[in-house]
Amino acid sequence: MIRTLTYAEALNEAQVQCLEADENVYVIGLGAPDPKGIFGTTIGLREKFGSDRVFDMPISENAVTGMAIGSAITGMRPVLSHQRIDFAIAAMEQIVNQAAKWYFMFAGQSSVPIVIRMIIGRGWGQGPQHSQSLQAMFAHVPGLKVVMPATAHDAKGLLIASIEDNNPVIFIEHRWLYGLNSLVPQEKYSEPLGRCKVIREGTDITIVSLSYMTIESLRAADMLEDSGVSTEIVDIRTVSPLDWDTIFESVSKTGRLLVADTGTMSFGVSGEIIAKCVENLYGKLKSSPNRISLPDLPSPTSSSLAKTYFPRAVDIAELALSSFGRNLDKKWWKLEEGVRLDIPNTNFTGPF
Amino acid sequence: MMIDQSVRLEFKQNLYNEMLRIRTVEERIAELYSEQEMRCPVHLCIGQEAIAVGVSAALQNRDYVFSGHRAHGHYLAKGGNLKAMMAEIYGKEGGCSQGNGGSMHLIDLSVNFMGSTPIVGSTIPVAVGAAFTAKIKKQHAVSVAYFGDGATETGVFHESINFAATQNLPVIFICEDNFYSVYSSFEERQSANRDIIKLVQGHGVNSFEGDGNNVEEVFNLTLSAVNRAREGGGPSFIKLLTYRWREHCGPNYDNDIGYRTEAEFLQWQAKCPLKAYETILMSMNIMSDALYQKLFSEYLTEMNNAVQYAKSQPFPSIKNAFTDIFSAQ
Ligand SMILES: Cc1ncc(C[n+]2csc(CCOP(=O)(O)OP(=O)(O)O)c2C)c(N)n1
Ligand SMILES: [Mg+2]
Repeated sequence: MIRTLTYAEALNEAQVQCLEADENVYVIGLGAPDPKGIFGTTIGLREKFGSDRVFDMPISENAVTGMAIGSAITGMRPVLSHQRIDFAIAAMEQIVNQAAKWYFMFAGQSSVPIVIRMIIGRGWGQGPQHSQSLQAMFAHVPGLKVVMPATAHDAKGLLIASIEDNNPVIFIEHRWLYGLNSLVPQEKYSEPLGRCKVIREGTDITIVSLSYMTIESLRAADMLEDSGVSTEIVDIRTVSPLDWDTIFESVSKTGRLLVADTGTMSFGVSGEIIAKCVENLYGKLKSSPNRISLPDLPSPTSSSLAKTYFPRAVDIAELALSSFGRNLDKKWWKLEEGVRLDIPNTNFTGPF
Repeated sequence: MMIDQSVRLEFKQNLYNEMLRIRTVEERIAELYSEQEMRCPVHLCIGQEAIAVGVSAALQNRDYVFSGHRAHGHYLAKGGNLKAMMAEIYGKEGGCSQGNGGSMHLIDLSVNFMGSTPIVGSTIPVAVGAAFTAKIKKQHAVSVAYFGDGATETGVFHESINFAATQNLPVIFICEDNFYSVYSSFEERQSANRDIIKLVQGHGVNSFEGDGNNVEEVFNLTLSAVNRAREGGGPSFIKLLTYRWREHCGPNYDNDIGYRTEAEFLQWQAKCPLKAYETILMSMNIMSDALYQKLFSEYLTEMNNAVQYAKSQPFPSIKNAFTDIFSAQ
């Protein structure tokens, strides 16, 4: 059976089905069993599976990560959640030194099947320590898989695949996606890690995007369509390992590339993708590749700063058209006048 | 003798006034939040005012203070500028962090309120570092770290306590124990046998416990810790029991969502730090209903002016934010 679920519901269902399917799976995170259930993604799990499979935790991110690693190498499959990626970096030591290296440094004798969910976001004054987008930091470390689903369908399938994977997976969710719907099959299914997905076909330009920027890219593609530009969108889904074949195939076809990332620009995902495409497809590029990301600046809190800091569909479309030497029709910018840009929708009223 | 007595009464009056001022500010933030113009998370300290006020009364301007996400009271009690705080919460240029930070990132260097940031436990070692400076430079200053019961679960808390003890630093660790970390009760987070006082003592640090809703008790505990620290007696830890009235983050009450009971809340509301002290001061004929009305309307006017100031300030420009990445030489 297939029906619409929100991204948050899809993540919840993935955890339910993994807890049902494998007695070694357990869920742990600050607030996992509390009434809000990590933005709804863990609501009801304690009631269904009990307090010996669904755990809250002390504010001890590094120790709990190490504990999860220890349980993983001895047969368990922990799903550890952090309400902000900013809290997870308190556990950077365990993640980078232990989880990422364990399999390698002991020559494959023991692996670490752990999923660490981390939440990124934008807007409503989350500010410098509550809205960083640090996927590149994790993707920089060999031995970590980094997954960033954009749709409810992929959220479920990729979370199941991540839990079933034998390696440490950093699973990054964007808060502005939680309320978005897509068609989600009821049965347990997995989407392969390390595979991008062409989610819109086109012929003139390729936008390679991830997470929430895929949603903005889809909007941008409509604006581009209106300007007579046919856009292909490749949703990254897994930042590391990255599926170069799919990206190369699309860019070879269109000859134009724009990368849309949620992180700050320098030394990030967009730079890596552009570098690899230039290295491999130099002769096929019709214009120099472009990228949209955050400026190299910590996330500011003020709503007025958020407006210029966080890029949107219009920015993507404008930049995409620039590689054709054209400008975006002013009407698209006009549509944004008076719209509050630091909230995902008008139902959002804070406080966090 | 007469002078002593009047100083003593004035001191008591000030303790009360400062609590009322913070309460008035926080209540007003809660009222105005629904206008959707304070576009950042706010963690209100309503119910916990006695700690900030009692601690600050034992401090001098030169003493350093650090805090976390629930910092409005700590900032105001240390003398932090109210207008700058409100402008910060409104995301405006005149804000204490010029809109870069919001409610969770307060600073007022003119009163050595050195900074509050919302990663739990994260400013505790920073406060220890300021105590390090105070000791090395013989500033005769102490450093205060405010944090909650949840923060004592972080590794960095224990590492900081150990470092402070090893170096015999003039730092006061103020733990505001309000029973919850967001919606998580102690059962989820700590063993029933855990005794934080003994744990800290185990690090070789003086450790005390008190009623965080009793402003004079907070003051007295802090003052002896401060005196000890100034005389080279090293760090102290003080755990103060209290209760957060509103939701963890935001302007509303949340006793209905299931992590705590209305009965528990009412029990603590009956132990209101302001009411308790007001009753004492009334019996001493210091406070009266008329005086309360006068004070309240003064603070409300001050707060309304601060809000008006905040609203009238311009929004910051992103161009200016770019100059905030690195300090120039
Ligand atoms: C390292 C880290 N982990 C998790 C959080 C999320 N968080 C914000 S406030 C809070 C609760 C803190 O509880 P406590 O220290 O008791 O302070 P209180 O809110 O009760 O004043 C948590 C877990 C965080 N900010 N930082
Ligand atoms: Mg607490």
